[in-house]
Parts: sequence; structure tokens; C-alpha cells
Amino acid sequence: MTNALQRLNPLRPEGIALLLLAAFLGRAIWWFAVSDARDTSFATEIIISGLLAGVMYSLVALGFVLIFKSSGIFNYSQGVMALFAGLFASGFMTDFGLSPFIAIPLTMVVMVITAILIERFVLQYLVGQEPIILFMATIGLAYVMEGIGDLVWGSDVKRLDVGLPSGASDFMFDCCNLYVEKLEVSAAVVAAVLVAALMAFTQYTRIGRALRAVADDHQAALSVGISLRTIWVIVWSIAGFVALTAGVMWGAKSGVQFSLSLIALKALPVLMIGGFTSIPGAIIGGLIIGVGEKVAEIYLGPTMADLFGANPNNFTAIENWFAYVLALVVLLFRPQGLFGEKIIERV
Amino acid sequence: MFYRETGDFKTSYSADTQTFPIKLDRYRFWAIAIFAGILVPLWIASVPRQSAEFFVNPILLPFLIFSLAAIGLNILTGYCGQVSLGTGGFMAVGAYACYKLTTAFPDLNLVLVIFASGAITAGVGVLFGLPSLRIKGFYLAVATLAAQFFLTWMFSKFGWFYNNSATGQITMPPREVFGIAITGPDAAPWATYFFCFFFVFVMGWAARNLVRGRVGRSWMAIRDMDIAAEIIGVNPLKTKLSAFAVSSFLVGIAGALYFGVWYGSAEPTEAFGITLSFQILFMIIIGGLGSMTGSFLGAGFMVLLPILLKKLMVDMGGMEVAVAKHIEIVVVGALIILFLILEPHGLARLWQLAKEKLRLWPFPY
Repeated sequence: MTNALQRLNPLRPEGIALLLLAAFLGRAIWWFAVSDARDTSFATEIIISGLLAGVMYSLVALGFVLIFKSSGIFNYSQGVMALFAGLFASGFMTDFGLSPFIAIPLTMVVMVITAILIERFVLQYLVGQEPIILFMATIGLAYVMEGIGDLVWGSDVKRLDVGLPSGASDFMFDCCNLYVEKLEVSAAVVAAVLVAALMAFTQYTRIGRALRAVADDHQAALSVGISLRTIWVIVWSIAGFVALTAGVMWGAKSGVQFSLSLIALKALPVLMIGGFTSIPGAIIGGLIIGVGEKVAEIYLGPTMADLFGANPNNFTAIENWFAYVLALVVLLFRPQGLFGEKIIERV
Repeated sequence: MFYRETGDFKTSYSADTQTFPIKLDRYRFWAIAIFAGILVPLWIASVPRQSAEFFVNPILLPFLIFSLAAIGLNILTGYCGQVSLGTGGFMAVGAYACYKLTTAFPDLNLVLVIFASGAITAGVGVLFGLPSLRIKGFYLAVATLAAQFFLTWMFSKFGWFYNNSATGQITMPPREVFGIAITGPDAAPWATYFFCFFFVFVMGWAARNLVRGRVGRSWMAIRDMDIAAEIIGVNPLKTKLSAFAVSSFLVGIAGALYFGVWYGSAEPTEAFGITLSFQILFMIIIGGLGSMTGSFLGAGFMVLLPILLKKLMVDMGGMEVAVAKHIEIVVVGALIILFLILEPHGLARLWQLAKEKLRLWPFPY
């Protein structure tokens, strides 16, 4: 069995994957060329809405990557942080009647305080522990934050209206006859701005350089005088900011509720595809998952029915697992994800 | 009678390599086994049914079943180092296998059915363990989530698995073992308890002996450093897949008992969701990774904690149930963090420290 697997290696699994991908893309392009306009514009709509949904996934994945890069912590609580921020933002706005321009900075203050508390009471004591212990600690954190959020603001679904445009985009409808949700477009724009800002921040500012130094090597960073604790507070605050953006965007789309914390689970396959340490990876991974999921949701059932005569209704609601299986397939060919650092193991 | 090896002379190899080399440990083991396997069922049988159910259903059954699941996960995560978040999905496989087997073969003995469910789960576990040959660490943990979500989705979508019942639920039909009702509404509390105890005892015994033998040592070699293990001749393919198989076997049996004996009826996404996976992971982390005792301690802790908190806050503090539920979540989360900070090696480590102290007692060192 092992020998057979080893003999397969010269065939270069990545090469096989590329060939398959090329064949699939060729087939898709061929389909676009021969199908009639109604089908293709429907498919385009699906792909666009998949891309926009993918941007939302990337937003959450980004928070993961930031923390994983700078501290090696696999932060499970990122999704709950988004929920937490969303709860506070909507709470400030509805219960205190604040305008979004005050409520959102106020929520940011809450997130910074949370970051400081997390560092002060949790991370400080767990330096140098095994990754799984840190991972479990963030699950504990997720529980605490979820409970506190519910205790303070109640657990019913809240509306969050920050004045983003909604409804169908007239422009896209007029020019290309496509239905595109305005809210999703604005979310995509916000996400793009956020990513650009984060990239600029880590590349060109003093703190950004310190962040990258810590990400490279904790001890070396300490020895040149970078305070690890300050950096961690900053990283968790930035992750809080990303979570706030994600929380507001998802909250505006579907209301602030517990299921918001589950988008963290959606961000995990995104991370796996992109690689845990790559910011561009998080974006590309998000887009791949977003499109793949939407396309599969629509076309997998009919395809299965055509190929195997299966009941197409059985292949609905696949969005829970499809992303994982997609990620699994990618990982089989590239174990470190598409953009992750090559895993080098020494004995 | 001191707790130490001194004076306990071993005259044969088998005596020298036994599981509990210290006499007091052996006595303790048999005392606990007799207590849990004979005295407790007798006591349950003697008290009125209502008060017996009060103890058996919310405390004893989940303790036994989760212990078994925790031992299973501990073999995979604690001994072989492969973090899995798919335990809930594998328990669902055990439960559905149990359901399909009991409904398809009504005359089959329930004990056989449950072992067969374990075997089926082992097969599924090996299938989902295949990626572990290429994927490691957190990537693997996330990959096992694929098993979790895919399996629960499959069980809720395809009518064959739940015999096309209108509600989509599966309900365990009443079954007897040697003329004693084990499942269904007529099952006596002592019988259900003893049935679960039997499986925990047998499988715990097997697992304990497996991990201290050749197989277990190769698991630990892979855990400690897979490349080095491969160089000294441990076959990673066999080792990892055998860990997945044994682990899933135990988890599958736990799932079958969870559904068949404890719940009686279940619905895949509710009963076998991701929270169940996390709960069992908590058990082994709090109990102690790579420790049999730890699996039991962790399961006991995670079963008792919510009950105690609820008693304290709702019954004694007079709080509202909803508020108490939120506080409970916060407290459980905070306690997990506290545990990880104070004792990252879990309750089993405390137990081990106590034993070390006991060996020297009454001298300081």
C-alpha cells in the first residue's frame, strides 16, 4: 500500500490537480460559449454573488491570519468576536439611540478593552504552551464572550442598520441585466479597503514592522526590544477591528444573532485553502470558497441527477460541508494551502 | 500498607509487566470495578424507580458514555497526536449504524449490534483518517470538521438512514438482552446502567492494554515526532490509520449507547452537532491528554459541572433559567481557561502528583 502510494509520487499530484482544474475551466468556458443568454447571465449572477459572499468569509479569515501569524495562536473565538462586536454595535444604536458614527467607534473601544483583558488574564499566562492548549483556551474565550454578549444584550435576533445601501443595484441591472445586491457590493468594497489598509499598515508603519518581526521570531523580536505583550494587545485589537467590520457587515445582512459566531467555522476552510499564514491567501481562499459553494449549491444536484440518476433534492443545503470538502481536496495536493509557507520539517 | 513498590516481589515476567505494578493500585482498581459494576447497580435496583432515574439518566449514563467517547478521542489525540474535531460525526455514525442494524435485524443480540456499530464506525473513521497521512496539525483538525459536517448532513438528508420516518428522527425500538429490557420505555435504570458499564469496562480494559503494548508505543512515537518514528521503522500509514480505527471504534460504541440507551431517539444536527465534538475535546484536555484516568476524570467533570452550576444558581440562587444558562456558559468558558493556565496537563496530572507524594509519604523526599 505504502509502496503503491510512493510510486504515485513521480506523477506530481500538483500537476494532476492543475490538469483537472484546466479541464474543468475549459468545460465551463465552453458551456458559457454554447449556452443561451438566460442561462449564462444566471450563472454570472451566481458567480458574482459567490465572489461577494467570499469577500465576507475573507473578512473573518483575515482576523484568524493576523493572530496566527503574530502569535501562533489558532484563534477559534474570531467568529464570536464578530458576534460580540455586532451585539455591542447594535446595542449601542438601538438601546441608546446613538448614530452609527458614535456607536461603531464606541464598539471599537470595547474591542480594545477586550483585547487588553484577554492579554492580561489569559495569554500572559499561556506563553510557550503547546498550540493545542492555546487553541482550547480560545474556545474557552469564545464561550465567555458569547455568554457575556448574551447577558448584556439578550439573546434575541437584533437588527443592525448602519445606513449601508441595500436592494438591487440599478446600474448592474441596466447595463448587464444582472441582479446584484447593493449591500454585498458595499461589503466587498469595505473589505477591500480594509485589506489594503492592513497591508499598508504592516508594510509601512513602525508598529507594522514590529508585528512582522514578532511573527518571524518571538525571541529575536524580544531581544531587539519589542514588547511582546504590547504587540499582542495591538494584534488582538486589530483582530477586534476586523471582527467589528465583519460583525457589522454580516449583522446588516442577516441580523445580529448567535449563528453569526458560526461563520468562524466557515472561515476555517478558507484558511486551509489559503494557508494559515498568508493574508492574500485568506482573500483568494475566501473567493474560491464563496464561488465554489454557490455554484455547487445550484449545480451539484442536477449534475448528480444527470450522472448517477440520484435525487437532486438530496443535494441541497450542502453549504455546511462543501467548503470543508473543497478545502480537503486542495490540501491533499498542497498540504500547506495555496499560499502557506512551505512546511519544512527537521528531525 | 504503604503505597509503594517496595516489598512487592515479582517472580514472573507477566507479574513484572502488569498494568498496575503497585499492589494498592490493583486493590483500588478492583474496588472501583466492584463498586461501580456490582454495588451501584444493586443500589439502583433497590431504590424506587423515580429517584433511580434521577441519578441514572442525567449523571451516571452520560458519565459512562462520555468516558468511553473520551477514551476513544484520547487514543487519537492524546496518544497518537492527531487532533480531531469530528467526534460528534463519528458518534452519529455509531448511532445510525445501531439504529439501522436493530431495525433491519430485529433478532440480533443488542450486544452484537453495538459492537457491529463500533466496527462500522471504525471503517468510516479510517476513511476520514486517510488525509492525516498528508495533512498535519491544525490543518488536520479543520479537515476532521469536514467529517463532522458531512456526516451529520448525510444522516439528515438521505431517507435510507432514518428509514424515511416523517420527523427525520431515529427512535430506538425496545430490545432485550437475556430477557431484560435494555432500550425502550420499559428498561429499568439498573439494566441500562449495567449495560453501559459493561461496555465501558470491557473497552476501557482493551484500550488500556492496547496503549501499553506495541501498538500504543508506535502511536506515541508518531505523536512525539512522526519523522523520527518513521526512521526507526514505525509505519506511519498503519499507525495513524490504526489509531483512527480504534478511536472510531470506541467513539462509535459510545455513539450507539448515547442514542440507543441514553437518549432513545435522536436527530442528527441537534444531538451530534459540533458542540458535542468540542465537549468531548474539553473532557480530554481537562482530564489530561494521553491518560486513561484523565478520560474518566474529564468526563465526570464536564458532566457534573453544568448540573452543579444549575443547582447552585437556579435552585438555590433563585435565578431565571435563561440568565443562569448564559452565566453557565461564561463560567464553563472561564473554568476551562483557568484549568489550562493552572494545570495544562489536566486533572490526571494532579492525580499523578498526588500518587508521587503518596509513594514517599510519610517522608518529605
